[in-house]
Order: sequence, then structure tokens, then C-alpha cells
Amino acid sequence: MMLTKTVRRKAAPAGAAAAALALALTACAGAGGGGDSDPAAEGGGTVELTLATVNNPQMKDMEELKSAFEEEHPDIKVNFVQMEENDLRDAVTKDVATDGGQYDIVTVGSYEVPIWAGNGWLTDLTGDLESDADYDVDDLFEPVKDALTVDDSLYAVPFYGESSMLMYNKELLDEAGVTMPEHPTWQEVADIARQVDSDDVDGICLRGKPGWGEVFAPLTTVVQTFGGSWYDDQWNAQVDSPEFAEAVQFYVDLVEDAGEADPVSTGFTECLNNVSQGRSAMWVDATVAAGLLEDPESSQVAGKMGYAHAPVVETEESGWLWSWNLAIPETTQNRDAAVEFVKWATSKEYHQLVGTELGWSRVPPGARNSTYEIPEYEEAAASFAPITRDIMLAVNPEQPGVAPQAWTGIQYVTIPEFQDLGNQVSQDLADVFAGRSELAPVLERAQELAQEAGDAQK
Amino acid sequence: MTVLMTAPTRRRPRRPPPAGSGRARGLAVSRALLWPALATSIVLTQIPFVLTIYYSLQRWNMLRPGDRGFTGLDNYVSVLSDGSFLSSLGATVAVTGSSVVLSTLLGMLFAVLLDRSFLGRGVARTLMITPFLVMPAAAALVWKWSIFDAATGMANWGLGLVGLPPVAWNTELPMVTIIVVLTWQYTPFAMLILLAGLQAQNKDVLEAAAVDGAGALRTFGSITLPHLRQYVEIAVLLASIMLLQVFDPIAIMTRGTGGTKTLSYLLYERAFIGLEVGEAAAYGVMTVLVTIVVASVALRTLFKVFSTEGVGR
Repeated sequence: MMLTKTVRRKAAPAGAAAAALALALTACAGAGGGGDSDPAAEGGGTVELTLATVNNPQMKDMEELKSAFEEEHPDIKVNFVQMEENDLRDAVTKDVATDGGQYDIVTVGSYEVPIWAGNGWLTDLTGDLESDADYDVDDLFEPVKDALTVDDSLYAVPFYGESSMLMYNKELLDEAGVTMPEHPTWQEVADIARQVDSDDVDGICLRGKPGWGEVFAPLTTVVQTFGGSWYDDQWNAQVDSPEFAEAVQFYVDLVEDAGEADPVSTGFTECLNNVSQGRSAMWVDATVAAGLLEDPESSQVAGKMGYAHAPVVETEESGWLWSWNLAIPETTQNRDAAVEFVKWATSKEYHQLVGTELGWSRVPPGARNSTYEIPEYEEAAASFAPITRDIMLAVNPEQPGVAPQAWTGIQYVTIPEFQDLGNQVSQDLADVFAGRSELAPVLERAQELAQEAGDAQK
Repeated sequence: MTVLMTAPTRRRPRRPPPAGSGRARGLAVSRALLWPALATSIVLTQIPFVLTIYYSLQRWNMLRPGDRGFTGLDNYVSVLSDGSFLSSLGATVAVTGSSVVLSTLLGMLFAVLLDRSFLGRGVARTLMITPFLVMPAAAALVWKWSIFDAATGMANWGLGLVGLPPVAWNTELPMVTIIVVLTWQYTPFAMLILLAGLQAQNKDVLEAAAVDGAGALRTFGSITLPHLRQYVEIAVLLASIMLLQVFDPIAIMTRGTGGTKTLSYLLYERAFIGLEVGEAAAYGVMTVLVTIVVASVALRTLFKVFSTEGVGR
């Protein structure tokens, strides 16, 4: 009895030390671990590629069809690692920045490609793509390709590209007796949303989930069309401008009055769920969502949706520009095999394969001109393909807002600090959504953070 | 308290001291046997810790590999001047503290119930333990989509049955959401330890109590509870250590909003979203320091209170 007592009394400090050391280890894993990753195991001449990708449906289609590639290339096996957008961004950045070498192919957003290419993390694909006449690199959408090009070298290939637009459930709007113009203003959309909103149906779904790539993708476009911006053309932060505050307040009020119940939980996937089950009447989000909403297998609203340009206030257009791209990190051991796969997944043949195997509405949009000339695709995507192409050609990433800006990009600021800035501000914004905080102090702090990041660019 | 302090002296076994040479050889062997474990723990814990200290003195943003260098204590200055460290510390204490207390109380309740024999007891015990065996990330996803979903979740459905308005869990009550998930997951852990304690009880004593006419409540309060004291301490200590590092439900459900940004989530954010390696390391070092202080002072005090009550009974 005495013995246990003595031992037990020593257990507390020992436990404390263990807790402390565990925390130290956590910190250290962040600080630089990475070195001993898991390079694709090679057995019997077979190359295993590891592909890290965002878990969007188009990427899941790619995984479903990878066996076609593996049959053509019996010596290459492709393993998919699917992650949520935020997690993918973190995992891949960590791996690439610390020379981890865990991934042979990574899905990279158009925000990161110029930054990563500038750091020398991605291999130049220009030669590989141009030397292959069948691949037809000039067929890729010009504005999207421009965003992936640094000093005339192409560092990534678009798997699909997107802008944003307003998607609405025609049945629900008809029931309420309202019609949607093709170029609505935000005021019109807000009025309709409040009119349609009922106990069973939300008037509109707008992302509220914290993260610069979540809530701040649509919200930044709203800020821009209200006349605000994160920075002016001299990198002076503009978050304390009345336009910025007006736009955010408008967004928060709209969600509160006529939006989804739990904004902090709601991102792209959650809105897609709500709209495709007929629980939200409208949705301003990525154009690629249209293809998913029109798929009768996964959506109850296929054929009932209407599409319009993203709502505006002071600008002509308010759609964003984004592409998910395949890139090959410098650290890969299997560059040749990786190039083969990247070319396959972004080829015209792949689009045919998706069309014949999975359905034409599931062809990855916004990457190739020729996609919009496939008769079956034109037919299957008749309700949204023409407008998608219109919007993508109409948006201006050089100056999306009313004033000139110092960077190229619409719903984000192309500086490394932006993901941190956007993330912190979006977390504070959650308090505004929940009514725990007023908007003014949140934007005050955001202005300070933004100025700090802006000063680093001067 | 005094009783406990003097007890070891009074009851220390008075064996004759062993012969000189034999004792020295015994010590040498003991020390040699200790080395492998000691070396492993130094490699696995102290070297990373020293590296963390080194990184904390560096200016290093992963997205700016060119701009890296020694920066002295700048990272610590920004950790201390920025309000997020203290608020995060508060969040950690609140989340860990409430979850541990609730888990222990519920664990005690379930342990007492499971300590009786009834039909299907084995099945019940297995089912009770299951939450602890579910991967934390999977558990968080289940809670997010099936239970706390504002439109289709079971929690709001249940509220609707009794006529209460639906709640936007992650937006309005992020703290409650996290604590509920953690309590759900750690109750079985506390229950297991306390159940072991209950089953180690001396049946003779219980029988004697019954013979003396003590009721169930009196027996529990005067015999079982004091007996369980050390098991409660172990459960609280281990659960605290594990919950201090909790991450999954916060990342999946609330993303650090509404006072749920615990130290481990803050560290993750600084390192993997801010990509500020130096600053994240400084946060890590500060966390370690605070944890050591809190753990050695607070837990000790807490347990002393327990001990006094136990002995002074």
C-alpha cells in the first residue's frame, strides 16, 4: 500500500514532463520533419506514383478512371490521396517546402502555382507538353494558362477551370413568383432570397466556413463588386474602407436573414448538398457545381436549375477565376511516369473517356476549348456550358474591382501571406456570423494584419 | 496532509544496509539496464526539443525560402505581444478541463452501473467502450454530419421533438460542440479505469458495511469513493494529457472559431497555414514551459487536496 502511494505521488510530475515532451514533438513535426518520407516503393519495375488531390467530385472521377491509364501503362501504378481543400493545401505545402518528396503529382490551385514556381518547387512542363503534338497544349484555355505561366514557362496544367456564377432552383423561384435576370445585382438577389426563404427552404447558400479558400473566395468577389479591395495598387491595406465593411455586412446579413442555418460549417460541399437536395433556392459559387447539380444520379434538382452571371453592384462582372491544376514537384523520383499521367489526365482523350464512361455532364470543364465543341457535351451541358464559357472569358484577373491592383488574381491576393491573413480574418468573421462580435472591431484587426502583410510586399 | 507527509518516514522498512561491493555491482547493473531506454527517450524527445528551440530563434516562412536567418528572440516577442497565445491558453484550459471533468463524472456513473451483474453485461461493456476506439477524425465527421448538422442532424431532430428551436451548433455553440464530442470519446476511457477500481474493491469490506446496515449511498460515499480516489486521479491525469493535444474535432468542426482555438490548433495554424516555422516553434516552446508549470504546480496541488480528504476521512 505504501509503495503504491510513493510511486503515485511521483506520477504527477512525470506525467507533466511527458505531456510537455509530447507537445514539443508536435511543434517539431511542424518545424521541419518531413525528410524521411515515403518515396513510391518500386517493385518489379513497376513505378508507383502518389497523387495528392483535393476531394472534389471531378478528382474522384479521375481516381475511378485511373485503371484505364494503368492498363495503357502496365508499369505505372497511381495511388490517390484525397484530402479536403484546406488540408490538401497544408499537407502539400509542407511536403514540398520541406523537400518531403512524398508526392509525385500534386493538385495545386492557381493561387499557389506562381508562388511555388517562383520558389523553384515545381518542374517546368513546357517542353514535355509542346513536344507532343497530340496533346495540343494550345487548346488549353488562354486566361487559365496565363495564370500558370511564369516567365514563359508553364509549371502546371489545368485539370479543370472555373469561375463563379449564380445558380438558382427555377421551381422554387417560380413558386414564389419571381424571375431571375441574366445579369442580376446583389440587391435583386438579396430581395429574392428573402422572398423565397421559408421554414423548409433557405433563400440562398453562401459559404461561411473559415479559410481563405472557403468563405473568402465568394466574399472577396462581393467586396470587389461593392467597390472595395484588400489592397490598393501600392500595397496599402484597404480593409478599413467603408466599401469593404459594407460588403461584408451585406453578406453576413444576407446569410443571417435568408441563408443556411450553420454558416461556420458550410463550405462548397455543404452548399452542394443543400442545393442538390432542394433545401436551398440559390447559390453563388463555382461554375463547376453546375455539372454536379445537373447529374440526375447525385442531384434531385437536375433539369430544374437556372444559371446567371454572378451578382454585381459596381462592376460589370463579379465571377472569380480559379483552376485546379496538376503539377509535378521538383522532389519526385519518378518524373517521367508522372508526366505521362499528367498528360493523360488533362488530354482530350480523357475528356472523351469521362463522357463515355461516366456521363457527359461530368467532363472537367474550363480547361480546354475543344471540350465546348464536343457535341455530346454541348447537349448534356446545354444549360450551363455556354454561360460558363462567357463568364470565364469576361472576367478580368488584372483588375476585378473598381480600382487598379498590384497583383493578378480575383478572389485572392497572390502573395504568400494571404492564406494566413484570409484565414485569421475569416475565423474572426465566424464570431460575427454567430453574433458574438460586431463587424467593426473584426475589420479593425484585419486592417492591421493586412497592412503587416502588405508592408512585406513594398 | 501532515499525516501523509510523515507517513513514509514512519513506515519506511528498516532493512540492514547491503554489503558494499554487492550494492555497487547491483547499482552498475541497474544503470546499464536503464541506458537503452534513456538513450531512446533522449533521441526521441530531447533532440527534437532542442531543434524546436533552434527553429524558434529563426526567421523562416516556408513560402519564402530565400529569406531565412537568425532573428534572436523576435518570435517570442511576437508570441507574447500577440493576444492569441493567452486566449488560446484559456481555450485549452476550458476545453480540456470541462471535457475531463464531464468524462470522469459520466465514466463514474457508467462504471457503477456496469459493476453490477445483469444479462448482456459483456455486450453493454463493449458498446460502452466503442467511442474510445473510433478514430478521432472519423468520430468528428460522424458528429458533424449525422448529429450536429443544422438541417438534418439528430441533435436538432431531438430538440424538435420536445418543441425546442434548432441550433446551429458549430456557429452558435462551438465550445459546447467540441466538449460534447470529447466527452463522448473520453467517457469510456475514464469508465474503464474506474471500473477496474470498482472491481478491485475488497468484497469483505462491502459485506461488512451491509451487515452494519449501511445503505447503498452510504456505502458508496464512505467506502467506494475513497477507495476510487487514486483511480480518479489516474483517469484525470491521463485524460488531461491526452486531451491537451486534441486536434481533430476542432479542425473538422469549428476550425478554431468561437473560443475553441486550443494551443495545439494554434500551433498547427501558425505552422501549416501561416507557414511561419520560427513563430510556430516559439509557440511550441512557450506551450511546453506553460504546461510544465501548470502540470507540476496545479496538478500537484489538486491531488494534495484529494489526498487530504482521503486520509482525513
